[in-house]
Amino acid sequence: MSIHTISIDGQTVPFEDGDTVMSAATRAGIYIPHLCHNPEFTPHGSCKLCTVKVNGRNCTACTFPADEDQTVLNNTPELTELRRTITQMLFVEGNHFCPSCEKSGNCQLQAVGYHLNMLDGHFPHFYPSREVDASHPDILLDRDRCIYCELCVRASREADGKNVFAIAGRGVLNHLVVNSASGLLKDSDLQASDKAADVCPVGAILVKRHGFEAPIGARIYDRQTLAEASLAREMRPEGAENE
Amino acid sequence: MSAIDVEALLTIVRNHGNRPTQLLQILREVQDRFRHVPHWAIEQISEVMGVPRTQIQGVAEFYSFLSLEPQGRFHILLSDSISDHLLGSRELGAYLCERLRVQPNETRNDGRVSFAYTSCTGLCDQGPAGLVNGQWLAQLDRAKVDRIVELVETDVPLSSWPAELFGVADNVRRTGLLLDNPVVPGSALRASLQRGLEATFAELEKSGLRGRGGAGFQTAWKWKFCFEGPEELAVCPTDKGQQTVERYVVCNADEGEPGTFKDRMLLHSHAHQVFEGMTLCADIVGARQGFLYLRGEYLALRPTLEAVLAERRTAGLLGNGILGRPDFDFDIEIHMGAGAYICGEESALIESLEGKRGVPRNRPPYPVTHGYLGRPTVVNNVETFAAAAAIGLKGGDWFAAHGTEKAKGSKLLSICGDCERPGIYEYDFGVSLAEILRDCGARDPLGIQVGGPSGVFVSAREFDRKLAFEDLATGGSFMIFDQSRDILAIARNFTQFFAHESCGFCTPCRVGTSLLSNTLDKICDGHGTPHDLVELTKLGKLVKGASHCGLGQTAANPVLSTLERFPELYESRLKTISFEPGFDLDGALATARRLSGRDDALAHLEQEGL
Repeated sequence: MSIHTISIDGQTVPFEDGDTVMSAATRAGIYIPHLCHNPEFTPHGSCKLCTVKVNGRNCTACTFPADEDQTVLNNTPELTELRRTITQMLFVEGNHFCPSCEKSGNCQLQAVGYHLNMLDGHFPHFYPSREVDASHPDILLDRDRCIYCELCVRASREADGKNVFAIAGRGVLNHLVVNSASGLLKDSDLQASDKAADVCPVGAILVKRHGFEAPIGARIYDRQTLAEASLAREMRPEGAENE
Repeated sequence: MSAIDVEALLTIVRNHGNRPTQLLQILREVQDRFRHVPHWAIEQISEVMGVPRTQIQGVAEFYSFLSLEPQGRFHILLSDSISDHLLGSRELGAYLCERLRVQPNETRNDGRVSFAYTSCTGLCDQGPAGLVNGQWLAQLDRAKVDRIVELVETDVPLSSWPAELFGVADNVRRTGLLLDNPVVPGSALRASLQRGLEATFAELEKSGLRGRGGAGFQTAWKWKFCFEGPEELAVCPTDKGQQTVERYVVCNADEGEPGTFKDRMLLHSHAHQVFEGMTLCADIVGARQGFLYLRGEYLALRPTLEAVLAERRTAGLLGNGILGRPDFDFDIEIHMGAGAYICGEESALIESLEGKRGVPRNRPPYPVTHGYLGRPTVVNNVETFAAAAAIGLKGGDWFAAHGTEKAKGSKLLSICGDCERPGIYEYDFGVSLAEILRDCGARDPLGIQVGGPSGVFVSAREFDRKLAFEDLATGGSFMIFDQSRDILAIARNFTQFFAHESCGFCTPCRVGTSLLSNTLDKICDGHGTPHDLVELTKLGKLVKGASHCGLGQTAANPVLSTLERFPELYESRLKTISFEPGFDLDGALATARRLSGRDDALAHLEQEGL
């Protein structure tokens, strides 16, 4: 059998049948920024942060199949600028309070902002009015920080077998809804031990009474760069326990 | 809710065989019966069908024609397409609201009537247009509005409203290759039977027919890829794989591009030919089930279409054993959309067919190999199937003798805006814009929006350009604007349309279309600075390059193409300073002034840009 390879920023990267550009890159230790992607769940391709150029065309690395004769550009000034703008868009459409958020230092959105050297929001803020659901005894849902990555939706369906979350609405009116007659988290099947309660890359879903367990300065992205932490987490073989 | 209500709901669900793929169809009927999708209905449907209530809520909130809050017994929508604007729809809407004592997006306290604006209703050649409980209202004026108000206030049931209120004309102004050679029902299928399937496919290939929806993919290739199926099915022996997998034929009748209405005419007057094209396709690719995905705005066409389907079943042109061939079973089901432009995108359309929100899928895989329920699916436009039927009858050479090298055959155009004779025109591909403008009586045009908001704005300097895939590709929308029109108002209308219709799945489109719309608002309201034009261009390019599907990839076209052609018009609206905030600082203090009871000079802030 011949060995399949693609080229990423000039580096030869092997891939296997069924690989996406992202999975091949991750295995080779190449970090491609992403938020909605998590190798444990079905690829989604919605945040568009992992946009790479494949043979000159913009593609989403987390969904695009790796194939022979692909020349992929990942770490270029042009793509960094595109990703920075997309990150700014995510910041201005929601209500993000990094300095007072207990997820600070463990938040992928914040970390990707640092990674891309994002210094301001750039665009006028939308200041949307979004509901906080603090009804659940163990879990807090603050929609202010939701980025519609649907990781909780996928985790609840694929890992927990529960279908607790979904996206409703359309366009900029999209919002996260909870599967219970009252629409409240307390009346849903969600438990703090569920994958869906733990998977949120931002501070939208938080398990209560665990905030500030690690002091600021000793958190994930205080100790490691986003690229190091992501690769360490995602390079591990499938089935490995999450930290 | 009463026991009668619950029984009515359960009957609706039962009539759809409890199938989750029918969810959107079920919710449409629920909306129809209860004037909204009530909370209790969501609970009941979830319980009976085993669909998560979040999915039901998600669908109900996604489609514009479904609502979680009760609408009036008479629900009136007015088209917000630019062509309706030009004809005074906004003034007429204000008049209607005043007469009915309702506000847009509100239901009157007595529950009798509600009013809202909606995206294009597909009647751009006879606007201002609208819908009442899903039925078309064309060529509205104050007299008609007065009549409607009277009917509403006296509670006359819609079925007893005078027929002239609902009259819609085909408005065919110029016929050509297709419209001059209509296919007699069954004749194309018989010709194909005589010729043999492979020979018919060869004719289709020879014809060079490309999809009429806008993207222009070779129709023969699409059908071939569907027939061959996905790679994993292409095992030996190949014919076995092909027979065990269901394949589907879908007609995309979600004609949502503002300014397009030629499919409306084809479905109204040439439905047999469209269905014949679908049946021919089914024969070639080996499909047994077809769907016509009809946009919600075209509800009025449904009875006609059902009647044509019934006629074809009786004539042995649909159903089991078509044309007496025991190996040829195929039938067509109509699925209604519910007010979502994005469902014209083929993978979003398939999601919608499956009873879900119309969110475009990731590609690859493509619908042609992994479409409806993950099976090989052909999705073609109404006009494509009509043309395919004609080719099935008359052959590929007949078709290919018309048009240009890369764009064979003819194209139906929907012409509206500033011209004497709006309506449907058929031309061979390669026709120049100048010739079209002459024919429809456009005087003193400033420019044309070719291909709808997602197309390009072509200025008067470019009227020698030609309609063809080599030059200007088009799905058929052709909107003419004369010298009296305001380019920025047009670009703003189109940009708002995209922001409203973005599905919200991907970041660049969800946030980007709103940012584009807000920036244009700022400029149109007189607060724009040179800085904003630079921003607009940068943002437009990003939304175009990074978005997930065609909607986002084209949403910035109105801004980018007008900015490129008419920079002086944008510049004339700008302030001379380089930067000004997008919000009104003094205006933001109004609440504080009211609360403190102060309105002296010091309670005001002056705002200056840099």
